Amino acid sequence: MHRLSIRQMSEKLHSREITSVALTQHYLDRIEKYDSELNAYISVTPELAIEMAKKADEMLDKGEGSFLTGVPVAHKDIFCVDGVKTSCGSKMLHNFVAPYDATVVEKLKAVGMPILGKTNMDEFAMGSSSESSYYGPTKNPWNLNAVPGGSSGGSASVIAAGLAPLATGTDTGGSIRQPASFCGITGIKPTYGAVSRYGMIAYASSFDQGGPMTRSAEDAAWLLDAMAGFDKKDSTSLEQEKLNYLAHLDDSLQGLKVGVPKEYFGEGLSGSVSSAVKEAVEVLRQQGAEIVEVSLPNKDLAVPAYYVLAPAEASSNLSRFDGVRYGYRCENPQDLSDLYMRSRSEGFGTEVKRRIMVGAYALSEGYYDAYYLKAQKLRRMVRDDFVKAFEKCDVIVGPVAPTTAFNIGEKSDDPISMYLEDLYTIPVNLAGLPAMSVPAGFAEGMPVGLHLIGTYHSEAKLLNVAHQFQQVTSWHEQMPEVYQ
Amino acid sequence: MSIGNEDVNKISRLAAISVSEDEVSQVADKLSSILDLFAQMQAVDTDGVEPMSHPLDQVQRLREDVVTETNQREKFQKIAPSAEGGMYLVPQVIE
Repeated sequence: MHRLSIRQMSEKLHSREITSVALTQHYLDRIEKYDSELNAYISVTPELAIEMAKKADEMLDKGEGSFLTGVPVAHKDIFCVDGVKTSCGSKMLHNFVAPYDATVVEKLKAVGMPILGKTNMDEFAMGSSSESSYYGPTKNPWNLNAVPGGSSGGSASVIAAGLAPLATGTDTGGSIRQPASFCGITGIKPTYGAVSRYGMIAYASSFDQGGPMTRSAEDAAWLLDAMAGFDKKDSTSLEQEKLNYLAHLDDSLQGLKVGVPKEYFGEGLSGSVSSAVKEAVEVLRQQGAEIVEVSLPNKDLAVPAYYVLAPAEASSNLSRFDGVRYGYRCENPQDLSDLYMRSRSEGFGTEVKRRIMVGAYALSEGYYDAYYLKAQKLRRMVRDDFVKAFEKCDVIVGPVAPTTAFNIGEKSDDPISMYLEDLYTIPVNLAGLPAMSVPAGFAEGMPVGLHLIGTYHSEAKLLNVAHQFQQVTSWHEQMPEVYQ
Repeated sequence: MSIGNEDVNKISRLAAISVSEDEVSQVADKLSSILDLFAQMQAVDTDGVEPMSHPLDQVQRLREDVVTETNQREKFQKIAPSAEGGMYLVPQVIE
């Protein structure tokens, strides 16, 4: 059953050929069998899943329900689920049982999607490898010695290994696309504000964006359709009519202008990744697309600008974790200052503390103009590069990451090397654009993703290109042998 | 740019994160390497460029000045590390 597309699953559920309880139990059995080696789930919620599946079956028995009713889903542990532990991969929230649902969770509950559990992630979504979780590193199903990417590495791993048919993820600097690329799955980061951030534990508010992680572009379109839309509870939510993400999946690519940034194929990009991406671009050309060269001259400035702005926002967002109202509290605090300092010091992991300190420094007196203001100006320059490039093309393509999945422990002591993993994804977050990773081949036996970047609100176009690419390729159907 | 031990102690206070004496040098090294990454921004001429705080240049949406939330004090206090009589307990603040 785990090899079915979401369309096939939906058809079988609606025709009552399978029940949601049987489908959900199938995934729970696979989780039981395989998750101990992958460490991709922080919490598994079998009772909740079966209870929700029974309700979905009741709806389906009455001929009610929508396309996704009865299809189980896994949520990244950054999304609050009422009554379920929501740790964000941190000791700080190890004891936190969310008292409410995130809007995304509420929406997927409303259509009747059973919740299998909460997936592992880099602590507070800060990382590019899913190694910094308090619950230990997640493994890549293609190679258990390799990372699955981060921070949504748990969600990518469960899709790649068939431990969930669909999963939610979040992308602050590439955290949906890079793990999707490393694990050979499809992931889309929508336009900033398209999916509600309410109930999603904040890291960097002007960057954080939830989105779907799935096997195929068509599956992603269905999940995005259920997740997206204006939410009055989120002040950053886009006030616009909901887009139809499914309407253009079957459009021809004839005449589509595909921009290839010359700066994306320079120094630092692995030769085998470059070859796989170029072959994917050739597939698009054969499907009728016109390939044009574009330029994103400020690409290299995106990483330093991001690592000023995101930690600055994190230092503010994470100030709420003080040991007073919820979360971890140190033993026997001597006074209020000791309570704050020790609770945060003991509750946060190394990378989170590092980013909070960088952020506090960048915002401090005497450094604000040199770092924060400068980075905000560079953010506009990076955004303007994209606006100019989109005058020449409909979609930009390139690599998602400079390499395939690296080994666990390989970069954990070198933050700069880890930060540069997001070289191609971060500019998109600075600009707030939609972008996706689509399986596009293998290099040295590990998956490679094709990066598709669109202009604002062009998710339907990106999904169209990805779907058409997946009509003539089978990279998205590959699964590691052991999990087949 | 090099960060010294003194700077680490100052940043530690700003961030409300304690750093033990054993860790100070190591933290200083890592922060210095991150600030080196930032140094490449300084060479770029950004005169006349408008800072961008929201990726879509949107302004904060305002809402009516009316109460929309219900009182959920009990639900929230249930998950507090220490609460009593409707209040969150912290160490003594005033002597």
